[in-house]
Parts: sequence; structure tokens; C-alpha cells
Amino acid sequence: MIPLSYYLMLGAVIFGIGVAGVLIRRSALVVFMSIELMLNAVNLTFVALSCNMGSLQGQVWVLFIMTVAAAEIAVGLALIVLICRNRGTTNIDEINLLKG
Amino acid sequence: MFEFILFFILGGVAVVSGLLVVVQKRPVNSALFLIVVFLCMAGLYLLLQAELVAMVQLAVYAGAVMVLFLFVVILLNTGSAAQVWMTRSATLKFAGIAAACVIMPCIGLAISAGITPQAAGSAEAQAGGMKALAALLFTRYLLPFEITSVLLLAAIVGVVYLSQREKERRP
Repeated sequence: MIPLSYYLMLGAVIFGIGVAGVLIRRSALVVFMSIELMLNAVNLTFVALSCNMGSLQGQVWVLFIMTVAAAEIAVGLALIVLICRNRGTTNIDEINLLKG
Repeated sequence: MFEFILFFILGGVAVVSGLLVVVQKRPVNSALFLIVVFLCMAGLYLLLQAELVAMVQLAVYAGAVMVLFLFVVILLNTGSAAQVWMTRSATLKFAGIAAACVIMPCIGLAISAGITPQAAGSAEAQAGGMKALAALLFTRYLLPFEITSVLLLAAIVGVVYLSQREKERRP
């Protein structure tokens, strides 16, 4: 039996990689992919804890997280396509009209 | 023993592919490595005896979401030479590397140190698997389930409206 802490560490490491991707990369698409990495790390944590506690609630919530993530990706990609159509670039440094 | 080997293979490939997602110059390569991450995640869910979650991960994430990503990435292909792929701000670079290498592993260690090993839960919750999960989803979590379907409807309507061309957009 694999200890729970191994799964939690793996989830934390993947989450950290996703955070690094969001902070470092300038392409809006890769930022989106890093957000998906973070969501997957959270899903792994949920499922690992649900297996450890013997309850199925964690897996139910993982299903909901996956659904909400899919809806968010659809809308977010539509927005990115629109922005790229209008501004010609996906570089988030140049999409700063609202910057103070 | 076999479980440990599987865990380290799947976890190692997931971490390496995650790193490659973040550092690739072209978004297409990032998307392909993200597919590898999702496949490893599905394997890890199967190791945790979460069969429905693993299959939903394969069908929804690796199947539908990544296909959508690849379509959009190829549609918006501006070429790798024209893209600035990393921020110039040293603060953000430091913050990102600190988060990935220091902060998140420390948080992971702190959480795992605080969790005391408990006896494995009821056997029928695991043995029932999909049946028990479906029973839970349609009785206790019925309201979030219905709200999720409304959310998906809202997302569909929003995307259809957003993707209309400028001339034909009805305000």
C-alpha cells in the first residue's frame, strides 16, 4: 500500500509546477495549460484523501471539478480566440489595456 | 512492490511532463506533454482504485479538453519565433521557481506530516465503486449535479455567442 503522503507530495509538486507556469510564461495558451495542471493536482489530492478515508465524497467532488474545469476551458479558449483575433497576439504582456 | 514501481513511474513521468509543459517554446508541444500528464493522472487514479474518475479523466480531459486545446493552439499558431515565451521580470521568475521547488514541496511535507495514518475505511465503499459513487451522486449530491448541468448550458450559450463574427453578432 502506497502511503498517503507520497500522493500528497506528488500533488503538491505538480501544483507548484503549474504555479510556476502561470507566473513565468507569457503565452495565454500555456498559462491556461498550467491552470489545468493545477486543477489536476488538486484532483489527485482529492482522490488520494478519499481513498485514504474510505469515503467516496472526494471522488464525487473530483467529478464536479472536472465538469467545471471543462466549462471554464471552453469559455476561456473562446475568449482567447477573440482577443487574438482583435489584437493579433497571445502575449499577455501586450494585453494590458486595463492596467493601472 | 509492484504498486510502488507503478507509482514512481507514473509520478515521475507526470512531473517530468509537467516541467516540459511549462518550458516548451511552442504551445503545441506544451499541449502534447499535457496529454501525457493527463494519462499519468488517469493511471494514478486507477492505482487509487478510483475507476470512474480515471475513465472520466480519460474521456473528458485527455479526450475532449485537449482536443479543444489543440484545435485552438493550431488555429492561433503565431509561430515560435514571434513569441516572447518567458517573462522578463526577474521577480516573477524567482516567484515561479520558488513556488515550484520550495514552497509547494514544503506545503506537501507539512500536510503529510500532519496526517496520522487511519484504518482503511469501509470495504463496501471501495468494492461498490461505481455503484456506490452513482448512488451518492444522485441522492446526496443531486443539487450540485443539477447546478452543474445549468453551468454547462450557460457555458455553451456563452461560447456560441462569443464565437460569432463581428458583423453577425446580435447585441
